[in-house]
Amino acid sequence: MATSQWWASESFWRKTAIWVTGGSFVALMFLTMDTIPQISTGSKRVPAYSVINYRISYKFDETRHVQVPVIGAKEPLFGKELNEEEAEALVKLGKLTTQSKNCMNCHTLLGNGAYYAPDLTKSWLDQYWGTKEVREVQMLEFIKDPSDKVHNSMGRRMPKLEITDEEARGVVAFLKWMSSIDTNGFPYNFKSIEQEN
Amino acid sequence: MATLGMLDSANLNGGQKLAVKYFTVAIMLFGAQVLFGLLSGLQYLYPDFLYGVLDFSVNRMVHINALVVWLLYGFLGSVYWLLEEESQHEVVGLKLGNLIYWVLTAAVTVVVLVYLFVQIGPGKESSIWLINEGREYIEAPRWADIGIVVSVLVVFYNVAATFSKGRYTGIAGVLVLDMLALFGIYLAGMFYTTNISIDQYWWWWVIHLWVEATWEVMVACIMAYGLMKVLGVSRKIVETWLYIEVALMFGSGILGLGHHYFWIGTPEYWFSIGGFFSALEPIPLVAMVVHAVFDAGARHAKNSNHPAMAWLIAHAFGNFFGAGVWGFMHTLPQINLYTHGTQWSASHGHLAFFGAYATIIIAMFYLGIQRWRGGTWMSGDLPSNGWKWKWALGLLNLGMVGMTVAMLVSGYVQSQIERAIEGSSWMGYFAAQIHPWFVQGMWWREVFGVMFLVGFILLVWDLLTIGKGESRAMVSAEAG
Ligand code: HEM
Ligand code: HEM
Ligand SMILES: [Fe+2]
Repeated sequence: MATSQWWASESFWRKTAIWVTGGSFVALMFLTMDTIPQISTGSKRVPAYSVINYRISYKFDETRHVQVPVIGAKEPLFGKELNEEEAEALVKLGKLTTQSKNCMNCHTLLGNGAYYAPDLTKSWLDQYWGTKEVREVQMLEFIKDPSDKVHNSMGRRMPKLEITDEEARGVVAFLKWMSSIDTNGFPYNFKSIEQEN
Repeated sequence: MATLGMLDSANLNGGQKLAVKYFTVAIMLFGAQVLFGLLSGLQYLYPDFLYGVLDFSVNRMVHINALVVWLLYGFLGSVYWLLEEESQHEVVGLKLGNLIYWVLTAAVTVVVLVYLFVQIGPGKESSIWLINEGREYIEAPRWADIGIVVSVLVVFYNVAATFSKGRYTGIAGVLVLDMLALFGIYLAGMFYTTNISIDQYWWWWVIHLWVEATWEVMVACIMAYGLMKVLGVSRKIVETWLYIEVALMFGSGILGLGHHYFWIGTPEYWFSIGGFFSALEPIPLVAMVVHAVFDAGARHAKNSNHPAMAWLIAHAFGNFFGAGVWGFMHTLPQINLYTHGTQWSASHGHLAFFGAYATIIIAMFYLGIQRWRGGTWMSGDLPSNGWKWKWALGLLNLGMVGMTVAMLVSGYVQSQIERAIEGSSWMGYFAAQIHPWFVQGMWWREVFGVMFLVGFILLVWDLLTIGKGESRAMVSAEAG
């Protein structure tokens, strides 16, 4: 009779379910405890907010065989060097603005979100902004009022989201900081804006 | 059974009376979801449509939030539905349960109205508390989060206490623990952080550990109950299968979480962990197809509720294809590098949510309406050959498969042109978006979306009319 086989018994599978679930969860807890410090602000993979004082580029790494962010010479955002606290406050304003304006329901950030508009992971480094010299102003103007700036022949446009000048600066700071995160080579084959002097 | 063929709440037990309230709101939100999906889809084709009034971001947010909430309502309804039969005991706090239902529904209404009429706020934490959190799927503002947590705790108390007082079956054991995990995980999404890597790390706990772990186990419980009810499969068989499902689902799904940790800043070891465990996730889904089809075949598909049985089978296959096959297609990091965050993801998201969750809740709607009408006949020989439920079933499934394939075509174009060739730049994005193949995919998505809408309308019409004036009583399939 099949029910007398151990592999068909209810209690065997109940115990298996409990052990497998518990084991997986414990493994996830350990992995989480290992991962969180590695992605905390100021770690190697996720730099401190004051990284916005420096040039950030995205270069091919010979050993890892993917592009990785490289932190270069001093190049303060909007020409003004910020200490750690000021930098954090500015990036925080930017992050809060991206959430309260709902950016993620059109764009992807780190590849997550909606697909109606371009990915923002490396937006700071995008050739679309023209040159390194005009980039900051271009970004500010665009974020504050994108509605008259048509981006493609289908006429898809980003709406005007009542973003103040201060908030727009925060958003640019947030985007610059985000571009410094080590995302294991995502996006692949990205072509950056020219930044060498 | 004096009221055969008429809607009469005297036909329902206490928990079931509450369940049909949840089901009613669920269907209305399902309708809103379809409507706002069509609006968002239309904006891909006519970007000026409602521009500056109801922007894509707003429509899409309502679309996916309505989805999450109607499925949760469907789950809560299903749990209340089976609670008294399963425990053989009255719901201990039915009054409180009713109160919470109204509180929750009022909160959902306010949240949606704020989404639609306030839409956005200044870049302050107060916006996150009052307007929207700006994090996909869990946009609900913080005040609502807290309300939701309190409400579901009450539901949890009701369920756990009722089972404790009555009969504590195998299904009950799994259900209670699963609800605890399902609600607990929501807490991982309830805080603000500026660090977007940490933000997304926990955000995926909610999204992934819901749809690929706790929700899967929730529907496995509903499936176990459904197969006993509709086909009369024995409790011993469905409960043994339930444990197998739990072991396989949690064993692969919990660490499968790693397939979202490839590119968000997290270390490289997640490539192996996420790739390996998520690749195993289809196994329990295949197992469920075998289970359901075998049980149906063994009884020559003789069952007491044809529409419900058809939707249960649609669930088994939909879960397997949408989550199992479509998910597997892009789950290895070598492929996900190019498909991450493209129409591929949307294609999979649609087929998976519909196939795994919408289907089984529709099955519960049919079980609900059958009993609500006094346990009427719903097997073969329905008036007009039951054309409404059959066409609704066909149109909804065909519409969804059509949309999924259309988005997959667009997704191929996008991952080739934008991701592989152009390197995901701003211009690369639009190079793909204007490609004729991409645009065609977006058109077909909308066409099949309209087909889906027709199916939905038929479904509602059928639920309102099936069994009306029926004089034959159902023949119970239950094993006894
Ligand atoms: C019923 C179960 C499932 C549902 C409802 C579901 C739903 C979704 C949704 C909606 C997304 C998009 C998330 C976003 O907006 O960014 C997603 C992403 C993903 N899913 Fe699933 N899924 C399920 C099961 C699975 C399974 C079993 C696998 C693998 C075998 C899988 C693999 C993936 C992967 C790899 C992604 C990431 C896509 C990307 O990188 O953009 N899913 N899923
Ligand atoms: C008339 C039918 C529908 C239409 C026209 C439609 C359209 C859309 C559109 C345009 C989006 C936004 C995708 C983007 O960001 O580019 C979306 C997202 C989504 N829809 Fe639908 N939808 C429909 C029905 C459904 C149904 C029935 C479900 C599930 C049961 C569903 C689940 C989702 C999910 C999970 C997302 C987020 C996907 C992701 O981020 O990857 N939709 N839908
Ligand atoms: Fe996942």
